[in-house]
Amino acid sequence: MTKKPFLEVKNLNVAFPTEDGLVQASNDISFTVARGETLAVVGESGSGKSVTSLAVMGLHDRKRTQITGQAFLNLESGPVDVISADEEVVRKLRGKEMSMIFQDPMSALHPYYSIGNQLIEAWALYNEGSKEDGKKRAIEMLDLVGIPAATKRVDEFPHQFSGGMRQRVMIAMALINNPSLLIADEPTTALDVTVQSQILKLIRDMQKEFNTALILITHDLGVVAEVADRVNVMYAGKIVESGGAEDIYYRPDHPYSIGLLNSIPKIGELDAKRLVAIPGQPPSLINLPVGCSFRARCSFADRVPNNLCATTTPTLNEKGSQHLSRCHLPESELVKARAEIGGR
Amino acid sequence: MLKYLARRLSATLLVITLVSMSVFGIFAVLPMDPAALTCGKACSPTVIEGNRHRLGLDVPVHVQYGRFVKGLFVGRDYGDGAAAFHCPAPAFGYSFNRHECVTKLVGEAFPVTLSLAVGAFILWLSVGVSLGIWAARKKNQWQDRAATAFVLVGTSLPTFITGILILLFVALKFNLINPLEMGRWVSPLEDPVAWFRTFVFPWIVLALLYAAGYTRFTRSNVIETSSEDYIRTARAKGLAEKDILRKHTLRAALAPIITLAGLDFAGLLGGAIITEGIFNLPGLGRLSIRAVLNDYDLPTILATTILAATFVIVANLLVDILYAYIDPRVRVAS
Repeated sequence: MTKKPFLEVKNLNVAFPTEDGLVQASNDISFTVARGETLAVVGESGSGKSVTSLAVMGLHDRKRTQITGQAFLNLESGPVDVISADEEVVRKLRGKEMSMIFQDPMSALHPYYSIGNQLIEAWALYNEGSKEDGKKRAIEMLDLVGIPAATKRVDEFPHQFSGGMRQRVMIAMALINNPSLLIADEPTTALDVTVQSQILKLIRDMQKEFNTALILITHDLGVVAEVADRVNVMYAGKIVESGGAEDIYYRPDHPYSIGLLNSIPKIGELDAKRLVAIPGQPPSLINLPVGCSFRARCSFADRVPNNLCATTTPTLNEKGSQHLSRCHLPESELVKARAEIGGR
Repeated sequence: MLKYLARRLSATLLVITLVSMSVFGIFAVLPMDPAALTCGKACSPTVIEGNRHRLGLDVPVHVQYGRFVKGLFVGRDYGDGAAAFHCPAPAFGYSFNRHECVTKLVGEAFPVTLSLAVGAFILWLSVGVSLGIWAARKKNQWQDRAATAFVLVGTSLPTFITGILILLFVALKFNLINPLEMGRWVSPLEDPVAWFRTFVFPWIVLALLYAAGYTRFTRSNVIETSSEDYIRTARAKGLAEKDILRKHTLRAALAPIITLAGLDFAGLLGGAIITEGIFNLPGLGRLSIRAVLNDYDLPTILATTILAATFVIVANLLVDILYAYIDPRVRVAS
């Protein structure tokens, strides 16, 4: 891929001042996504996945959030930094150049307006034309995302749709203006398992259809394996490991990634063992101490020489081509560690 | 929808009938003899019995109720011979104390109460809702705190305090109303200025109380709605903040206020006893209180009670119909 990536995030920090102190929700985040590419962001709740993407969308209240760093959208007219740009400029990029779908489709649509009304509203923001044109486009999009009898259902209200169908509507609405970037924030978490795979397939199909850059936020590593080109693993506001999907699955480098992979069931495994959970809780994001944020839960921290995990905050180190990890564990110990837990 | 309307309408009629029956029943078992109340202390039993017959009180209660209902539709005749008189439909009865058909008394009082209620309603709704929206948008800033102070003062001061304070220290002190003309009913069609001057202070007094409550209710509704997921969706679409507020937040936040407003307005139509009392307004509230305290005027009390109940019941129906129009979820469920 020689083309410039569509989204370039550089050293992004998002913090919320609270009465107890500054909550550092996203810490020195850098990544890129190109059109047609899928970046998966994984991590447990509170790891900063959503906060980072909301910052890219410009959806944080700037008065109550401290955001530093840069996030460039490389538009045809030139790059725009959505962090420093005027709020009105960023607003006009939302829905047109970048769109977002959310976790809970049951509450993400306005209950008082018909599906058509809400789709047309999104379309009319960036398109000249009559309401009929908008409706035609809305029906077209509903058709595309697999809503049967779209001509009829366009006039119905959200409560007349099932969860999966509502998520389809959300996808149709997000893509109605053919944006270059789609952020899907846990789009399948609130859905039935059978519907999950349908929605995931739809998102992937739509991404191909529109050649969209896709950021898929999830804590479901099964989802990641299916669709991601690259993966960012986040922990306590930081990217702890970043690499191609293959790297993360077959050569996980960070003990946290290893732990995540260990905690998912493997279908077809003969000697079914109990799943291995990562012990403990993520740390509070207020006044994160020096050192590795994961060390308290890490089963390998004692193998790092000189108590490095407690005294020095690890940096993202190159482990291979495009494969970065934030860990002090020496390579020799890592090989041993992978072997011990059964690896993959 | 039509089926729903028919069902609701018949239910409403049933409730009104039941209410009128119970009110009628309560008055029938009161330890007061309405016939005896028709004449003074020195009253011969013959006169009382005569009046009892003239007023139709000498028949069993259910027959009385039947005549009452019939009178509502076709009017009612009292007495016979030279003393006969007629109350035209809808006849609520005859007030012996005032020597008038109750319908006429109510008909005179109702425009006063209606004027009071409509003006106060418009005032409190516009002040309360806009102040509530403003406070919600300036949440935790000084504007919000000022609105909260207003809410506290407005809800904690009873109307008999604010009413008297405004009457004495504003209206009379600055000669804004003529005490001799106070409470004189002028139709807005004849003399809009005089009508306005009669009602402006009562409006303010009543609206002050209600506006405070509406400010608080609107503020919390707007704040709550603002954190809904669908508002975030609207923002993610690229809508401008003012459009989000206008089209998305307010639509959802103000819907419950319609229910509240409808019922509050209907409640006021039954008469605002204290405000009418302070400003000497000859409305339904004063008619009722006078009938209760001075005259034991049972037909009038009966009429105003049934009327007040009917307003609330009908308002309930209207609000429900309106709500089905506003909230599509209600529409389909019905």
